[in-house]
Amino acid sequence: MNFDDTPEEAAFRKEVRAWLDANAPKEYAAELKNSGFGHTALKSVDVGVASKAWQKKKFDAGWACLHWPREYGGRGATPIERVIWQQEEGIYAALSSLFIIGHGMCGPTMMTYATEEQKRTYLPPLAAGEHIWCQLFSEPAGGSDLAGLRTKAEKDGDGWVINGQKIWTSGAHYSDYGIVITRTDPNVPKHKGLTMFFLDMHTPGIEVRPIKQVNGQSGFNEVYFTDVRIPDSQRLGKVGEGWSVSLTTLMNERLSIGSGMPTGFPDLLDFVATLETPDGPAINDRNVRSRLASWAVKTSGLKYTAFRSISALSRGEMPGPENSIGKLVAGATMQEIATFALDLQGQAGALVNPEQAAAAARFQAMLLRSPATRIEGGTDEILRNIIAERVLGLPADIRVDKDVPFNKIPTSAKA
Amino acid sequence: MNFDFSEDQKQLKDQARRFLENKSSSKAVRRILETPEPFDRELWKGLAEMGFMGTVIPEEYGGLGAGYLELCVIAEELGRSVAAVPFSSTVYLTAEFLLAAGSEAQKQKYLPKIAAGELIGAFAYAEGVGNASARNVHASVSGGKLSGVKLPVLDGDVADIAIVAVKAGKGLSLHIVELDAPGVARTVLETIDPTRSQAKIEFTGAAAELLGAEGAGEEIIERVLDRAAVLTAFEQLGGADRALEMARDYALGRMAFGRPIGSFQAIKHILADMYVSATLARSNCYYGAWALSTEAGELPQAAATARVSATQAYQHCSKNNIQVHGGMGFTWEFDCHLYYRRSNLLALTLGSLSQWEDTLIDRLAKRNAA
Repeated sequence: MNFDDTPEEAAFRKEVRAWLDANAPKEYAAELKNSGFGHTALKSVDVGVASKAWQKKKFDAGWACLHWPREYGGRGATPIERVIWQQEEGIYAALSSLFIIGHGMCGPTMMTYATEEQKRTYLPPLAAGEHIWCQLFSEPAGGSDLAGLRTKAEKDGDGWVINGQKIWTSGAHYSDYGIVITRTDPNVPKHKGLTMFFLDMHTPGIEVRPIKQVNGQSGFNEVYFTDVRIPDSQRLGKVGEGWSVSLTTLMNERLSIGSGMPTGFPDLLDFVATLETPDGPAINDRNVRSRLASWAVKTSGLKYTAFRSISALSRGEMPGPENSIGKLVAGATMQEIATFALDLQGQAGALVNPEQAAAAARFQAMLLRSPATRIEGGTDEILRNIIAERVLGLPADIRVDKDVPFNKIPTSAKA
Repeated sequence: MNFDFSEDQKQLKDQARRFLENKSSSKAVRRILETPEPFDRELWKGLAEMGFMGTVIPEEYGGLGAGYLELCVIAEELGRSVAAVPFSSTVYLTAEFLLAAGSEAQKQKYLPKIAAGELIGAFAYAEGVGNASARNVHASVSGGKLSGVKLPVLDGDVADIAIVAVKAGKGLSLHIVELDAPGVARTVLETIDPTRSQAKIEFTGAAAELLGAEGAGEEIIERVLDRAAVLTAFEQLGGADRALEMARDYALGRMAFGRPIGSFQAIKHILADMYVSATLARSNCYYGAWALSTEAGELPQAAATARVSATQAYQHCSKNNIQVHGGMGFTWEFDCHLYYRRSNLLALTLGSLSQWEDTLIDRLAKRNAA
């Protein structure tokens, strides 16, 4: 049992470090390190511009989308090499958030279902950060119950006409392309009537409206489709098989979101060490320490769970199901930590301006962002179902709408 | 990175599991629960034949001289089978005290007997309600004679020797006392887990031999408790995993409202949360095992992390195992209570959960400040 690299891994890590040392945008290092949770901001330059520049630099040197094949803009790296890259890129990974959905979900879906020509056309600019992609899945009528979606695509000559509405689409307001799941047959049970496409977000008939969130920012959007025409060549997978295509995407979503998620514990440990109370530093209070201990072991448990998964990758095996706990634990823990840190601040815990609030308002940022972590990419409840059914082998829920044609399923409007 | 046990260690674990499934069945544990018999002597003999007590004891003292990773996998299986033997008191504590602070003569005298399963040890520290520390130990030694009252002492009724903490100025000293000597009176105590016996030991001028330097007790205790904490965490992990499996199996088989209760989300979510806590504990236990086996400077932090995490996981899994079983889980007949009892006993030995939480944050803060 050890944490050491194999000789090959050590050589790769050395190569990564040398390149990062010579090329990383060190001018942003301090700001990236201190950025609030869920929001990266730079004073000297637009963060989008800096992100695209960093991505292009990585692409040109062969360090973009490491696990993708070379012909599509990647490096053909092994899973463990990808992990080593992530460990070494460190704080600069905050400049990759624009591309997470495209690289983590849309790209792999295109890789599996697009034609060779399409892959060679669309994937390299995606890897290079020249194009940003989004994933148009959730709808007002289909969140956790994704297959309940209602946006329809109807055949019209050689193409399709899309009408409907998507919601919670991350980054749609700055995306160039997207993959969209639609209903192409309402007369069959819900999972069987779906079809996946990709499209240019500038296609006529698409309207994007940012959603103002609890934390005042707008990372998510509503996207309206009004008679949006696309050619059949932009279909991914067969007509009626959109559900299995979406599973490819979602499997990648859970993998990319679930690894190495922050809980806020190191921030809290620093904070209580410096927070003075009438009885001395807050960390000297036994009640504070007891609360901290539970979060310490969760944070440590996540770290070493990731190490176990990495060890499996290092041996050339698939990680075990232990990976599935990451987001479930991290999201709820961060919310608890944020609430507790504000409690320690007393009435001043309500302040949110980084210039005025304690710890540059990082706990207030966590408080206002963490509810989303517990919902996006699978709610806590859906994740518990997944653990129960796929890891522990419990029976799937009885689905009353399973064999019912989609257009006969009761809805909120006609229950 | 290879943050996992080796194939040989996994084989040892399988071997220990097969042995314990056979020799420490629920029927065997229940015999200790339901009779005055203090521990499973036949199982103890079997464990000695397997060489388990001498796993980390060097060959020169009759042990196998294997590593702590091997002892960790054995501990996990002992916990899984709620084995009714004084293994922790003898192996994780007494042997570790001797290895950490014993003179050559003391090691020669006791370690070979421990390795052979011929000697049971206990650690006598607490003196009543509250976690033990230098501030509430009153037992003392004068002219080689030890006097005071220790309670409770895990396995104190069956032990041959005890490592006894006594007052030494503002600190503590440790002494070895042979418990069949004059001046030692023992009373068996009734506890929440009768499968691990506990005793009150009254010393009235019992012959005592200093272990380690005079006044060095606290330092030695801290060192040994950290090591025992990792090993005990593996016992807790084994128990937590078994409680989760029992609950899962019951949820699959038990029908209500025309379907297996495991198909209800209310039950699924309880089981998913048990899986989460057991998984976090496993990863933290591996961290502890790594630190223990490599004598890493991080051992104090890793041991407290493993201890807190595994204590929480075992308590969480054992109580929810009963909940998933419903009324049947509260019957004497079902095995759920064996795990519930053991989880709550292990949460208190070596210092209770709140004390370890306090210790953990103390150590993390010091590392963070450094």
